[in-house]
Amino acid sequence: MAGVAVSTTINGDNVEYLCQPDETLLDVLRDRLGLTGAKEGCGTGDCGACSVILDDRLVCSCLVLGAEAEGRNVETIEGMAHGDKLHPLQQKFLEHAALQCGICTPGFLMAAKDLLAKNPDPTEEEIRFGLAGNLCRCTGYDKIVRAVQDAVSEMKAA
Amino acid sequence: MNFDPRYSARSFNSVGTRPIRPDGVDKVTGRARYGADFNMAGQLVGRILRSPHAHARIRKIDTSKAQMLAGVKAVITAADLPDLTDGDAAMYDILDNCMARKKALYDGHAVAAVAAVDARTARQALKLIEVDYEVLPHVTDVDEAMKHSAPVLNDSIFTEGVEPRPAKPSNISKRSQFGHGDTEEGFRHADKIVERSFRTEQTHQGYIEPHACVASVSSDGTADLWVCTQGHFVYRQHCAQLLGMEASKLRVTSSEIGGGFGGKTHVWAEPVALALSRKAGRPVKLVMTRDEVFRASGPTSATSIDVRIGARKDGTITAAEATLRYSCGPFAGTWAEVGAMTAFACYRLENVKTIGHEVLVNRPKTAAYRAPSAPMAAFAVESVIDELAKEIGMDPVDFRIRNAAQEGTRSSYGPVYGPIGIGPTLEAVKNHPHMKAPLSRNQGRGMACGFWFNFGGQTCTDLNIGADGSVSLAVGTIDVGGSRASLSLIAAEELGIAYEQVKAVVADTSSLGYNDMTDGSRGTFSTSMATISAARNAIKTLRERAAQMWDISADDVAWEKGHAVAKGGKHGNLGKLSLKEIAAASGTTGGPIAGHSELVADGAGVSFATHICDIEVDPETGATRVLRYTVVQDAGKAVHPTYVEGQYQGGAAQGIGWALNEEYIYGKDGRLQNPGFLDYRIPVCSDLPMIDTQILEIPNPNHPYGVRGVGETSIVPPLAAIANALSNAAGVRMTHIPMSPPRVLAAIEAKQAG
Repeated sequence: MAGVAVSTTINGDNVEYLCQPDETLLDVLRDRLGLTGAKEGCGTGDCGACSVILDDRLVCSCLVLGAEAEGRNVETIEGMAHGDKLHPLQQKFLEHAALQCGICTPGFLMAAKDLLAKNPDPTEEEIRFGLAGNLCRCTGYDKIVRAVQDAVSEMKAA
Repeated sequence: MNFDPRYSARSFNSVGTRPIRPDGVDKVTGRARYGADFNMAGQLVGRILRSPHAHARIRKIDTSKAQMLAGVKAVITAADLPDLTDGDAAMYDILDNCMARKKALYDGHAVAAVAAVDARTARQALKLIEVDYEVLPHVTDVDEAMKHSAPVLNDSIFTEGVEPRPAKPSNISKRSQFGHGDTEEGFRHADKIVERSFRTEQTHQGYIEPHACVASVSSDGTADLWVCTQGHFVYRQHCAQLLGMEASKLRVTSSEIGGGFGGKTHVWAEPVALALSRKAGRPVKLVMTRDEVFRASGPTSATSIDVRIGARKDGTITAAEATLRYSCGPFAGTWAEVGAMTAFACYRLENVKTIGHEVLVNRPKTAAYRAPSAPMAAFAVESVIDELAKEIGMDPVDFRIRNAAQEGTRSSYGPVYGPIGIGPTLEAVKNHPHMKAPLSRNQGRGMACGFWFNFGGQTCTDLNIGADGSVSLAVGTIDVGGSRASLSLIAAEELGIAYEQVKAVVADTSSLGYNDMTDGSRGTFSTSMATISAARNAIKTLRERAAQMWDISADDVAWEKGHAVAKGGKHGNLGKLSLKEIAAASGTTGGPIAGHSELVADGAGVSFATHICDIEVDPETGATRVLRYTVVQDAGKAVHPTYVEGQYQGGAAQGIGWALNEEYIYGKDGRLQNPGFLDYRIPVCSDLPMIDTQILEIPNPNHPYGVRGVGETSIVPPLAAIANALSNAAGVRMTHIPMSPPRVLAAIEAKQAG
């Protein structure tokens, strides 16, 4: 099958790749570009572990085709920190131990970042519904919600 | 050096603090490498063909068309995994489960596998494999499988534990019995007796990371396996045995693990990946899909349980009995046996009897799931305990306190308890503000207790001190949720240095001695013991080196707060030598400084918890919502309290999912109807409240710092706590888990109909 040539922006960098027409953006990121921070937990859009931000919209990259990234802007977990400086959400996830195994963490961080971009001061309920597309089996979500709340406070104060 | 594991009271500097974990930054930046994040040059993609039938004889498998497909490098069937188990029945079952030999025993059972240049070619190749099945009658229900009319899955199974040995094979692989006293006599002294039957449906551990591995077998007979596992040494042993390799020729490296909860203590795809790599002569990456994870890995037992408890009006339990029937999948197991052991472990009983039946069904091979078998037994027992308290007009907490096991109690499964936490957790619950908070209409509060044995096991640790004074700690127990932080704290505590000076890593199987896997809540308990032992051995060397530097006897050197100090007035002018100073001189005082330890960590203290839960039920839909949740559990000593809280919260959330939503649904055709996260719904963030925790610390006498395992017990009480809350909210006694909206609604409507 002939590959599709794609030119896109990932974490601010111009990237070009060839992918199959039926290949997901998740597979492109992981298998062609070596960006393995996005995880495949289900492949059906139910777990959110593959969440990335596509032109300011949170998507499950397992439900997006690699070819659809043409001319778009993709943000992944690998682009969340600025060099050595962690994003406040990343720092708060560490401080609150908002991860145990950590497989869901990249997806949660992307979802939380997207949530705060749209609603910089969410209530606990808004955080819980905003993150309801991401599954975590380890934490019971308590420390994740607290980490997001703490990041909100810090980002407001900044 | 002899290691003394006994507890002695002390004050702590590092233990009990809450630093950031050493693997944290990699996990929030996407750099941490999990099972599917690793690749090798020339690697192929492996895929497994699975049976669509619940029970079928495999007449013939024709792989010729698949082998002809361009890009296919290997196709294997059971013939490529010959039986080398040499009469080891448990290993034979593992082999048969990895690749069906004569019969497919459940929907999803592996029957063949391919390795191809890419995923698309591998998928196409699977379609070209022709399997000639003779479909057989099947049974998936645990009670149905016990009937004489049920199809027998394995005609070489005659119920073990029954005298005389049965003349005919059956689906009951074993009967076990525990208890003491005379229950019939006890029931004669009861003023009230409550007797009920319960069912719980099959659940999955639901780890977010599917099983994944990369296998590379070289032509010289050595092999490497990269894999997400809870026990890389056990995986090495099993894979080596099934493939006919020497264990030392197979190096297993554990990836970061994306959740396991017991489900990654068993090999499934790994021997298949190794067999594919051996045949293809190239590395093979094999990653399960979510559908495969549900259909072929994991699940718990489905159960059917009868409980009968009698008590006097004064609140004394006079007798307790339970009969437990647990599904094992198509292979013999000991799941009901464990359930029977745990059922009444919280109580001090004169007369108690539990009987377990292991039941074969056409479902995936049952696997451990966090305190395996205990939640279902606790659901049944704690529901009846609550009902009995009501019958005799006693507060359910007081009733439990009156009958709680204590130090010196002979447990229902045999051993006599040391110092334990069931009484203290109940007292803490009785005094907890949560118990006094007001409730509104359609709301109810419930509570329940839980027990888990905890395990110790074989453990080996290396502690190496660099010339710069930093310490690397190599452990062999997989870190499933922050144990590298806890073990670094332990090393820092014992050496008397800063947490930041220590870095813990999980070593591969060729770099460290054998370790049992991270199960039975043993990771931090056993490896902290080995770490303390290794640190003490290192300190002995540090003292010797300091003595050498000072030119005095090592007997005159003590170790205090990270420094060698010379003892006695005669050395008064020698001052102190820090670990860093001694390490810096190590090149000229005898070489690298290290401490090593290998031990069997006996004496894992048993664990108890009591949970409180408030729920609201919608009487029009039957939907139940958890409003408030509190976990009280004994940790012995919380090494990193935040991660201890995390274990309490995570287990409670899994228990809540089990109680309210999660279940395997099989069709009449014996096929699993909900093998995905959409239809097998685990709790999401908006389903749950904050989960409050209270850590009690009743020191384990068999650990230097008093540590107990904390990982599993928290999944045990939620099923009953929620059922008891529902009973108080809606006046219905739910006896079937999950308490999904249709079941609750039916119960409410039945009650209204009178």
